[in-house]
Amino acid sequence: MLEIRNLHARIAEDGTEIIRGLNLTVKNGEVAAIMGPNGSGKSTLSYVIAGREDYEVTEGDILLDGESILGLDPAERAAKGVFLAFQYPMEIPGVATMQFLKAAMGAQRKARGEAELSPGEFLKKVREAAASLQVDMAMLKRPVNVGFSGGEKKRAEILQMKLLEPTLAVLDETDSGLDIDALKIVADGVNALRAPDRAVVVITHYQRLLDHIVPDTVHVLSKGRIIKSGDKSLALELEEQGYADLIGKAA
Amino acid sequence: MNVITMPQLTPAEKALVERFGRVAFDLPGNTDVARKRDEAIETLKFSGLPTRRVEAFHYTDLRRLLATVPADKQDENAPKLSLLIAGSTVLALEDGHAASEPGMPAGVSVTPLAGMLADGRFAAALDAGAPDDPVGALNTAFVSDGWFVDIEAGTELAAPLELQNLHAGGQAHVCVAVRVAEGAKATIVERQTGADGALVTSQSHLTLAENADICWIILQEQGEATSHLARFNAKIGAGAKLRLFIVNAGGKLVRQEVRVGTAGEGCEFQLRCVNLLGGDSHTDLTMVLAHNHPNTTSTEIVRNVVTGRAKGVFQGQIRVAPVAQKTDARMACNSLLLSDDTDFSAKPELEIFADDVACGHGATVTEIDHNHLFYLMARGIPEKEARGLLVKAFVAEIVEELDDEGLVDVLEARIDDWFAAHG
Repeated sequence: MLEIRNLHARIAEDGTEIIRGLNLTVKNGEVAAIMGPNGSGKSTLSYVIAGREDYEVTEGDILLDGESILGLDPAERAAKGVFLAFQYPMEIPGVATMQFLKAAMGAQRKARGEAELSPGEFLKKVREAAASLQVDMAMLKRPVNVGFSGGEKKRAEILQMKLLEPTLAVLDETDSGLDIDALKIVADGVNALRAPDRAVVVITHYQRLLDHIVPDTVHVLSKGRIIKSGDKSLALELEEQGYADLIGKAA
Repeated sequence: MNVITMPQLTPAEKALVERFGRVAFDLPGNTDVARKRDEAIETLKFSGLPTRRVEAFHYTDLRRLLATVPADKQDENAPKLSLLIAGSTVLALEDGHAASEPGMPAGVSVTPLAGMLADGRFAAALDAGAPDDPVGALNTAFVSDGWFVDIEAGTELAAPLELQNLHAGGQAHVCVAVRVAEGAKATIVERQTGADGALVTSQSHLTLAENADICWIILQEQGEATSHLARFNAKIGAGAKLRLFIVNAGGKLVRQEVRVGTAGEGCEFQLRCVNLLGGDSHTDLTMVLAHNHPNTTSTEIVRNVVTGRAKGVFQGQIRVAPVAQKTDARMACNSLLLSDDTDFSAKPELEIFADDVACGHGATVTEIDHNHLFYLMARGIPEKEARGLLVKAFVAEIVEELDDEGLVDVLEARIDDWFAAHG
């Protein structure tokens, strides 16, 4: 379960405050959608949860299953079960994807005191996950995300999520840059990960993705705060009326 | 009255001159070779090893850095080396002498160099002593043996030729010449290693006839107290292609020179160098590349990982002759400095005398990309391990260009070994 309490966060370099008193609770088993216009702080929220050091938390707390994660670095948070699917997955030349997956799975298992996977078990898991997401194994021989199309990068993110089995998955604009077929594959991948012991936060600008990943709750983010929460009908309402009306009322 | 001032010789210079007095009589060579050897040692006697005042050695004060030279070791044998790539044909040099001649694949013939020095056939290829060329002078003075390799026209070697220069410490001075005829294709691996505390000079001469295609790999893994002075010389014929891949992963003092010139139109040269520099070492890669003909291309990428208190140097000179129109030359030198006590000097030099060319160079000192680091850590990889992966990636990117899975794997394994020892 994710609990964000009165969170304030700013850009470390210039002190610009982006998150201004944000409260949000996402229960295990729940899929929460966060919607909001450009510049409302959606991506910043995802980075602050993952622990990116370009942002400073000045007030409030983020709890995962009742424990604060603010004092942990990104790797420690990941080991606790936090997973961020990036809006723009990084290309890392020179690091082979398989080596990267092995290092990530190995490190997380080690941090949790689980036994190391044998090479055979590892390969089997990767093969299964890749097949379900229509990811070609040849793609995984390439360096991390290098030369991947936009859609391939997003599928690779979901592949990582599937392999790492997080307790909290945050998907940052996973729908951006996807055509409808790729969108369906990605959405099916996310839906397959819905589980009673997992909280999912889907950050998106558009309703489109939510036709395929139907959320339990919808929250509207504006100027660094949640200004309205509701069920999936709220997303449809936003699609029809746009953000301007709602933000005007809140202001 | 004329006063000739002679420099006070350093202990190392004195020891080299004295060694020459002891061994010259036993070194192979006819009168032409002997004369060249004498000239080379006279140059050393009168000018000494170059200091910073000599431009080509501005960043590598050889007189100071080569403070002592080891005595010869007579009672020990060079260690054996396992093949880098299984199935390769080995041409070994052990303590400066050609080992027994192995069976050669079809299209390849070899001759030990000592015989060609003895009868003077190789005399013309020896460098004359010049005050700013200590690598050439020392090698000419002391070269004891080597291999002369001929690859016939149209030969395509399925497995690499591995030239091993091994020593038991002490001194080893060798030379290898490879002549590649029209359209022949091969991978040649040059291994430089041995017991620690040695002085090694090594020259390689490569000539490529028209449309030949050679990938030459130099893997230098000397001990951390060894001085290694080497030069790679090549002439590239029309339409031929040379890829030179250098890995420096050892040595206390390393000077690796590269002298390459085009010998015909439309040829191509690639230099890729990975310098893994650690401890108290000083490593200098100095390239002089001459584009002498029209429509030739070259790219040079040097990647340096510098840790401990190591110092590194890259001097890259590209000369484009007036007739060499449509030359396309690109040079880059990127350094990752992993500690505050390291130092890397890059000196790119373009001398362009043609007007229709594309030439560029760039030198960067980089840090680990924070975005990349965050991405890896966000997947649970601890910071230290993530940094390690990214440092390796910085050089792996170059290795992977070799496009030969077997070769890439073994070189990456050697690089991993180096990181394991210097991590």
